[in-house]
Amino acid sequence: MTTQTTGTSTLTLGKSINRGLHHALADDDKVLVMGEDVGKLGGVFRVTDGLQQEFGPERVLDSPLAESGIVGTAVGLAYRGFRPVVEIQFDGFVYPAFDQIVSQVAKLRYRTQGRVSMPLTIRIPFGGGIGSPEHHSESPEAYFAHTAGLRVVSPSNPQDAHVMIRQAIACDDPVVYFEPKRRYHEKGEVDEGVDLGALPLGAAQVVVAGSDVTLVTYGPLVKTALDVAAAAADEGVSVEVIDLRSLSPIDFAPVEASVRKTGRVVITHEAGQFAGLGAEIAASLTERCFYHLEQPPVRITGFDIPYPPSKLEQHHLPDLDRILDGVDRVMERTNSLSGGAAC
Amino acid sequence: MSREDVLTAADTASSEPIQLVAPDGTRRRHAEFDAMLADVNDDVVADLYVDMVAVRRIDTEATHLQRQGELALWPPLLGQEAAQVGSARALREDDFVFTSYRENGVAYCRGVDLEDMLTVWRGNASSGWDPYGINMATPQIIIGAQTLHATGYAMGVKLDGGDQAAVAYFGDGAITQGDVNEALGFAASYQAPVVFFCQNNHWAISEPVDLQSRVPIAQRAEGFGIPHLRIDGNDILAALAATRIALERARSGGGPTFIEAVTYRMGPHTTADDPTRYRDQAELDEWKEKDPLTRIEEYLHTRGMAVDGFREAAQHRADDVAEKLRRGITTMADPEWAAVFENVYAEDHSWLNRQREQYGRYQNLFGSDAGGEA
Ligand SMILES: Cc1ncc(C[n+]2csc(CCOP(=O)(O)OP(=O)(O)O)c2C)c(N)n1
Ligand SMILES: [Mg+2]
Repeated sequence: MTTQTTGTSTLTLGKSINRGLHHALADDDKVLVMGEDVGKLGGVFRVTDGLQQEFGPERVLDSPLAESGIVGTAVGLAYRGFRPVVEIQFDGFVYPAFDQIVSQVAKLRYRTQGRVSMPLTIRIPFGGGIGSPEHHSESPEAYFAHTAGLRVVSPSNPQDAHVMIRQAIACDDPVVYFEPKRRYHEKGEVDEGVDLGALPLGAAQVVVAGSDVTLVTYGPLVKTALDVAAAAADEGVSVEVIDLRSLSPIDFAPVEASVRKTGRVVITHEAGQFAGLGAEIAASLTERCFYHLEQPPVRITGFDIPYPPSKLEQHHLPDLDRILDGVDRVMERTNSLSGGAAC
Repeated sequence: MSREDVLTAADTASSEPIQLVAPDGTRRRHAEFDAMLADVNDDVVADLYVDMVAVRRIDTEATHLQRQGELALWPPLLGQEAAQVGSARALREDDFVFTSYRENGVAYCRGVDLEDMLTVWRGNASSGWDPYGINMATPQIIIGAQTLHATGYAMGVKLDGGDQAAVAYFGDGAITQGDVNEALGFAASYQAPVVFFCQNNHWAISEPVDLQSRVPIAQRAEGFGIPHLRIDGNDILAALAATRIALERARSGGGPTFIEAVTYRMGPHTTADDPTRYRDQAELDEWKEKDPLTRIEEYLHTRGMAVDGFREAAQHRADDVAEKLRRGITTMADPEWAAVFENVYAEDHSWLNRQREQYGRYQNLFGSDAGGEA
């Protein structure tokens, strides 16, 4: 089965991943898609819509209801030479599989001195803002980024989502692929014929150029960061937005180059702050370009709490105003913490 | 009758679930089960019927409230009223129940304040009631996790020398989860006084039950050495009798029991689900014929009870619960922002204190100090 590589079309982020999975299934018959409800239903977010119909129930498998089972059997399939792409239905349901991911998927190459590859892709819709009950809005990326042996990525737009899922599947390392679920319906131009080698899976990208402040983020908050840049521009502040795309490893070169230019950096993510990605970025930038920093790095993040009930999530999630307040802090303009003991 | 008799006669998982009231209302005899129902006269059955009508009304009312935007989500239990009410009415007040998200019929029987049932689905808080107030944990969303909690609770009862039981409610999908299998192992090892009540409603979202189990689910218990019963889950008398058998065993030191209640999820998985994508109308129609409510109406009719009488009583109660639900929703206050930081820890936490303080100052930017002492 071959897939026509059409030109550019307008796709939602969810559909762009679907098309990426389609290409991967068509191009390599060792690729399998597995997970709860991924078959007939097409997944609860419809990301695998139509794939079982096209590739059959032997390649697009509805799994029994057990995440450890899904990932653990994917490990066995990988031993046998397959490339499983597993779906975890929601962020908060990955923990039953945590043991298999951390103790097996991540460590097998090292344990076997490179003799065994685990080219798994673990897709996880993540993040909040969709008004859901507990366990449906979490941002657990730091657990995985902290685990040696895993690559962790998160696309922010349809084109990246499409290319990155194909790159993740092709990658011989296990990749945890975090999908920004509240952006599934965002539309964008997607070129399915793009050279997959052009921009590596691990590359960060400057998505808006600016000169006063560097704003670093990924996944669902990239869209918010673009709004921040526009709003700040109205106030005469030039914000450079960097979409990390890869969370492990982090491509620090463009981030460092930007901070050397601006001297001011705000980092934002939905996940809690303590020992989160922002901490790693702030520490690394401090090591790499301390003398170029005009102000301490500022982190605007979710609070260090269990994800709150949906009526409170607007407080927890960094939004335009909270990130602008962070921009004001690094710009030494009036902000929520000025005029008092900030520490 | 001795417990051994019950064990040998009733605890065999046959593929035909045990049924006391057929869909057409015919009363079937079953010595072991009937022996558990000596006190259940026609008035008691009529009361159970009223409960089921009330529970169905809660379900339809909540579904409406979701459609009207008052609730973010609702997991309907339509079709599972008999399994839930029958089993819950077998419990003592001091037994302790651990359920999934779908057991609102159980919560009703435990005496939950109706508006507390909606809190979590409106998104006002992550749970609605005090578990110790009605001896029922709040709804568990992580599939199967509560089966271990019930087992541990039951281990505690045994350590304390109590005669209470713990009951775990879960679905057919949950049977695959590691947690459930671990719970069965622990319960058997410790002979914990726990009842595993599995509602096989045939679907786990879009996945049919045979994806989870190639044998009747009740049979799974056998390998763990746990006695099991397979019942018609749309038959409230079977659910009541089976749960009483299990509870009696638990209280008398006989350890765990596994009950599979064979029922059907007549609604969508939740209000966000579209079951037409994965299941046939014919299957639904077939199960409509086995409705748990109509068969009891038929049964009571054959018993010579005035159908109009108990229907009217049921209608009254249903109207009453519906009104309470609506009133509860309209008077429910939105949570204040400071609630975000509450109850993360029992004791002072310096990091979180700082976060709360800073967010309070941020709120002040907007001239709002609602909810915050910060
Ligand atoms: C650990 C975990 N994985 C996945 C889910 C998503 N999910 C919610 S309900 C459900 C199906 C549950 O089916 P079943 O156990 O039969 O209970 P039912 O919904 O039929 O009452 C799934 C997969 C979850 N809540 N928790
Ligand atoms: Mg089910």
